[in-house]
Amino acid sequence: MYHIYCPHCAEYREEEEFHAAGQAHLPRPLDPDSCTDEEWGTYLFFRKNPRGIHHELWVHAAGCRKFFNMTRDTQTYEIKEVYKIGEKPSIVAES
Amino acid sequence: MQHYSGFGLLKHSFSHHENWQRTWRNPTPKKKYDVIIIGGGGHGLATAYYLAKEHGITNVAVIEKGYLGGGNTARNTTIVRSNYLWDEAAHLYEHAMKLWEGLSQDLNYNVMFSQRGVLNLGHTLQDMRDIERRVNANRLNGIDGEVLDPQQIKEIVPHMDCSQNTRYPVMGASWQPRGGVARHDAVAWGFARGADSYGVDLIQQTEVTDLIIEDGTITGVKTNRYGDIMADRVGSVVAGNSSVIAKMAGFELPLESHPLQALVSEPIKPILDTVVMSNHVHGYVSQSDKGDLVIGAGIDGYNGYGQRGSYQTIEHTVQAIVELFPIFSRVRMNRQWGGIVDTCPDACPIISKTPVKNLFFNCGWGTGGFKATPGSGNVFAASLAKGEMHPMAEPFSMFRFHNGALIDEHGAAGVAH
Repeated sequence: MYHIYCPHCAEYREEEEFHAAGQAHLPRPLDPDSCTDEEWGTYLFFRKNPRGIHHELWVHAAGCRKFFNMTRDTQTYEIKEVYKIGEKPSIVAES
Repeated sequence: MQHYSGFGLLKHSFSHHENWQRTWRNPTPKKKYDVIIIGGGGHGLATAYYLAKEHGITNVAVIEKGYLGGGNTARNTTIVRSNYLWDEAAHLYEHAMKLWEGLSQDLNYNVMFSQRGVLNLGHTLQDMRDIERRVNANRLNGIDGEVLDPQQIKEIVPHMDCSQNTRYPVMGASWQPRGGVARHDAVAWGFARGADSYGVDLIQQTEVTDLIIEDGTITGVKTNRYGDIMADRVGSVVAGNSSVIAKMAGFELPLESHPLQALVSEPIKPILDTVVMSNHVHGYVSQSDKGDLVIGAGIDGYNGYGQRGSYQTIEHTVQAIVELFPIFSRVRMNRQWGGIVDTCPDACPIISKTPVKNLFFNCGWGTGGFKATPGSGNVFAASLAKGEMHPMAEPFSMFRFHNGALIDEHGAAGVAH
């Protein structure tokens, strides 16, 4: 079980309080009506799903209920960092 | 290939079973194949077997980075059923079910397919409405199914608590008598032996490190042990690692890989002669021939390739099982493990052409691929042989996520994700 640092609560809490909400940094198309089917489908469904460094959106569902981002290794499960929405990750995958 | 029979068993007993031939060769790969299949699990081996048997394409290699059937084929809870809601999915899984029914004879290898019936429990009014809808849809598609009330369930599984005293009382169930379990390893080994006997090369301990793509057409793969191996067509059947292969090919898939955990108890005397699944309290359990209770958990919410998950996921499942079966509360659990499942947004697989010519993907089976092993291999082999998708595979194109023709099977998939 993870101990996850919530950047909003500034505390470590157990994983059960959190909910993983998928890939981070997925901007909604500014004008959905002008998207092609391919652009819209790609935005909705297609994901990086990397083996290694991954940036994810998490929500402190049973805590402050705020969203934040996490950089995590999907192979070793090591949490590299957490950062607030709008901030950039300091650790990124090579290439 | 040596034919297995009762007589053969007797004959070999005279030489103390020391002269059995090896089940498959361990060949060095050729420079070029007609078809390369990446991934030597159940689906990949089934694909190779049907390519050789039904389409006469024997110049085939299966490239496996570990050992045969060592991934999700070795890690699932061995449940086989075909009670899916939508026509496209129902036809595919029922195609697999029909193949299961003759598979041991076809392969001359006992896959221990046991049609002991599968119960899918309902605990709420909405569950029961969905169950009735699904059973009716199944029957229209020629798939066996019945809706049972708690009294009828009690007759099938007397040890289960069907009373009103539980937090989520059992209100009914769907029952597929032709469903059941099969011996997971034997399925991989049977297909491997069958494919090998037709001349398919099974290349183990060899990882595909990159794809060789020229002008948008795949021409081969790079491996860590044997360098470049060329092929006219390549099929990727690598389950949880599909996105990794797709990245080599330069595109993304609508997949997320999650850990899915399972556990088995110590072996106990026969107590459960069917398969019990519950979506609502989330647990499923059957008893293996060895006597251990085989219990499946849900997926962990985060993406993971580590073949392990979080403890509380197992805890929730075991709570559900104990609620359904108070008699199991003191059974000790023996082993626990995780596999990496590639879940699709609509809980249906992807059997598809890709943006790269002659590269085909069979993936996205998520939490329920084992039951489809023979059917998946059969339609994927037909697609690889012809270069055009088999009619049964056609609706499962990866491009359905662009045109919107999704096949929502979250209700029938059994494992929440």
